[in-house]
Amino acid sequence: MRIDPTTLWTILGMAVVTYLTRIAGLAFADRLVLSGRAKVAFEAIPPAVLIAVIAPTALATGWPETAAAAITMVAALRLPLLATIAIGVASVVALRAVA
Amino acid sequence: MNGDAREGLRDIAPVMVAAAPIGALFGAIAASKGLSVAEVALMSTLVFAGGAQFAAIELWAYPVPVAAILFSTLLVNARHVLMGASLAPKTRGFSFAQRYLGFFFLTDEAWALAERRATACRVTPAYWFACAATLPGVWIGSSILGAAIGAVLGDPSRFGADFAFTALFIGLVAGFNRGRVTVATVAASGGTAALVHATAGAPWHVLAGAFAGIAAAYLAARPEDA
Repeated sequence: MRIDPTTLWTILGMAVVTYLTRIAGLAFADRLVLSGRAKVAFEAIPPAVLIAVIAPTALATGWPETAAAAITMVAALRLPLLATIAIGVASVVALRAVA
Repeated sequence: MNGDAREGLRDIAPVMVAAAPIGALFGAIAASKGLSVAEVALMSTLVFAGGAQFAAIELWAYPVPVAAILFSTLLVNARHVLMGASLAPKTRGFSFAQRYLGFFFLTDEAWALAERRATACRVTPAYWFACAATLPGVWIGSSILGAAIGAVLGDPSRFGADFAFTALFIGLVAGFNRGRVTVATVAASGGTAALVHATAGAPWHVLAGAFAGIAAAYLAARPEDA
């Protein structure tokens, strides 16, 4: 049961940050009133963050990864999550094989 | 078991089926980055937020970039603030303890199910806890299993598993799709993040890409989008 001290503190920090985001809405429910562009920008946070995290893998690794990301995106608009992941993984394996 | 609890379980059951392989995948990728099974179990138990955990593992290196991981966690989970604010008025019947314990289990899926139920009837503590607080069992168990098996299987890129969470994130983004604004967000975030990753390097691409995407959404928004 190996637990590295730095890893432990990082996980505890992540847990505190995550819990605070979960209860913040309870504390600010009646005060947080976003409208117009600010609301649209706030709602864009999840896709903006998720895409930023994967961009180096999807766009700057090699053409098989970029092509597989494009195929995955088309699949994601039509299929449930698990099928999307399966198609993404299968296409990257196939494209790497021919690369 | 009362009716509300049974209905909560019935609603969350398909989510559990979908979450198990994703949890296993998380465990396997985390193990390939050097985390022990105990560390994976601890993270899935205490953090219990798939998107943030995958983002943290993508950034994971030794020495651990603690600040970058915490900032990424904050950014990925910022949506919880809006979700919680929306759900809060629908949980007025909860006690203080039920609310602050119950909201630990807030996930995209349980939140969506509770919001849907709130349109038809009252969301009771029995419904919420049966729906939201049973999911960690699946998430923790499957991530432990994935970490144990992943360590045996070795390099995940051999069978494309290193790409699985890129595909997962693309799938999650599609779930947030709001048309033109999302296209602008994705293009600005992806382009900026790739550029900054190639120049300034990790983990700055997350911050730069996220802000570029948010700014693009702000600029692309029209009154009817709000």
